[in-house]
Amino acid sequence: MRIEEHPILTFERGKELTFYLDGEEMKGYEGETIQAAIHANKVKLLGYSSELKRPRGFYCAIGNCSSCMMTVDGVANVKTCTTLLKEGMRVETQKDKGVLR
Amino acid sequence: MLIKTGVPTEEQVKEVFPPIERINKGRVAVAECFQRIPCNPCEYSCVKKAICVGEDINNTPNVDFEKCSGCGVCLTKCPGLAIMLVDGSKSAESVEFSVPYEFMPLPTVGEEISVVNRSGEVITRGVVSEVLNAKSFDRTPIVRFVVAREFLYAARYLKREVK
Amino acid sequence: MRETEVLIIGGGPAGLCAAVSALESGASVTILERNRRLGGQLVKQTHMFFGSKEQYASFRGIDIPAILLEKLEKYGDKLRVETDCTALGIYEDGVVTALFGEERYVKYLPKAIVVATGASEKALAFENNDLPGIYGAGAVQTLMNVYGVKPGNKVLMVGAGNIGLIVSYQLMQAGVEVVAVLDAAPKIGGYCVHASKIRRAGVPILVSHTVTRALGDKTLEGAIVCEMDEKFNVIEGTEKRYDCDVMCISVGLTPLTELLGMAGCEMKYVPELSGIVPARNKAYMTSRDGIFVAGDVSGIEEASAAMVEGYLAGLHCAAYAGYKSENFAQKVEDLEGQLAKLRGGPSGAHILRGIQKNVKED
Repeated sequence: MRIEEHPILTFERGKELTFYLDGEEMKGYEGETIQAAIHANKVKLLGYSSELKRPRGFYCAIGNCSSCMMTVDGVANVKTCTTLLKEGMRVETQKDKGVLR
Repeated sequence: MLIKTGVPTEEQVKEVFPPIERINKGRVAVAECFQRIPCNPCEYSCVKKAICVGEDINNTPNVDFEKCSGCGVCLTKCPGLAIMLVDGSKSAESVEFSVPYEFMPLPTVGEEISVVNRSGEVITRGVVSEVLNAKSFDRTPIVRFVVAREFLYAARYLKREVK
Repeated sequence: MRETEVLIIGGGPAGLCAAVSALESGASVTILERNRRLGGQLVKQTHMFFGSKEQYASFRGIDIPAILLEKLEKYGDKLRVETDCTALGIYEDGVVTALFGEERYVKYLPKAIVVATGASEKALAFENNDLPGIYGAGAVQTLMNVYGVKPGNKVLMVGAGNIGLIVSYQLMQAGVEVVAVLDAAPKIGGYCVHASKIRRAGVPILVSHTVTRALGDKTLEGAIVCEMDEKFNVIEGTEKRYDCDVMCISVGLTPLTELLGMAGCEMKYVPELSGIVPARNKAYMTSRDGIFVAGDVSGIEEASAAMVEGYLAGLHCAAYAGYKSENFAQKVEDLEGQLAKLRGGPSGAHILRGIQKNVKED
């Protein structure tokens, strides 16, 4: 799902990183957001709404809408569309409001 | 109807087309810009001063076909990619189109392509005659292709199989 | 407490231009930008801009931030740029609080403020509109053009305004199929040249059509599309299924005015400006002295106009802070002239009606 050839843009991707989505190992690149890396791995489902438990994906991708919140390294409600991916990150789909630690 | 479908009518197209005598003399610009929008780079990018938009930048452009040298700079500067060149000087049977083409991969010279009309429907086949991608075009390459002359007013763009 | 003469909230096209003219006027400037880099949404605009020379027409949006940053470079210490820094509030005493990253709070005490926070994408109400795979058109543009990731394989575009048409074209450039572009209105809202460009590349544009239901269990698999009559009622029996794994919603933007509302600025609902906007005077100042606005936050328009508004707001804001530019009147006249030209067509007439409702005589 990555664009390899583009008429206008060239994508200079950073170092390859390993991260885990609900325990499953995935690859991403340094400099991209968690959400972009997840999407590049063909996953659209990022969590469930807290009341009705409806599936959630991203919506705005620029930090406005909060639709993409996930639990990252144990911290709940992280906006994955603006948070950068880091080596070894453990990202989890969130099923409720999350717990403050 | 343009405002409902994105497809200009035949009358609209013919109104902005150069006379056939001019087309038969060599490359000339056709600006398919039918709507009042605030934009005038075609005017100031033309070295021959052949395109006039005027003081009100919302005017639609007027091409002076006699001044136009068919250089094609406007094709790469028009933000709407609305300008193309037609050339009927090389043969009595065919015409050559030059269009801005911002897709990958670029076609190659000699390649046979599908030619589409303004609705995106394939109407005939054509052959790519030249592909230009100068640095000054700023990532808007120009593709030239040749089709049978009967498609002069219908042909508009090329279609390639997307992998 | 950090002091600065002019504080600019938002480093997009309007904010950067405001910074240029405030610095040119002699004021010291701090820009607060929520993102990690300046440029706002210009960073994903791979298409060439409309307008005229003064607004960088024919340049691609992605290349404009560099042009503006070059203008800012020469001011050295007079300019502070804070990225990854979100402004949180503007208080009664003029203090602005901001959050760096996730943890560090900072307070600013500026002499004057330009709020240039831009806009956010609207959503559309229909059954299952929250399924993953249904994304804002601008969001998809970010995913593709900033991160180089395809949103999916088959996209249904809802909305034939400029963003819908442009993003459709950009999806094709990224090698993604666009199955159709829909719009509930009886005519195409964006520029016809954009529409013609995607139409001849094979994408059908269906006006008087809307999506009534999204299909899919956990992610989007398709959509039910219906025709609409001139009163925007769905015509029964016109349901048609489209298979798609992505739907882009491009039904307009809404100004991001939270900071202004909380600061107690007088707000007004102006449909032509796309929502609730701050009332302002001709000098771009809101009802609160020293708080200025520019760009989409005070009415949704093209980025070209946002840049010119930014230059104007920067001039006025600097003047308020005690740095009236040389040739102030002439500069203002020139910039207002540029805006009048940009707004001289049919889409501009719509904006002008909104501005007339919203802008107070001094």
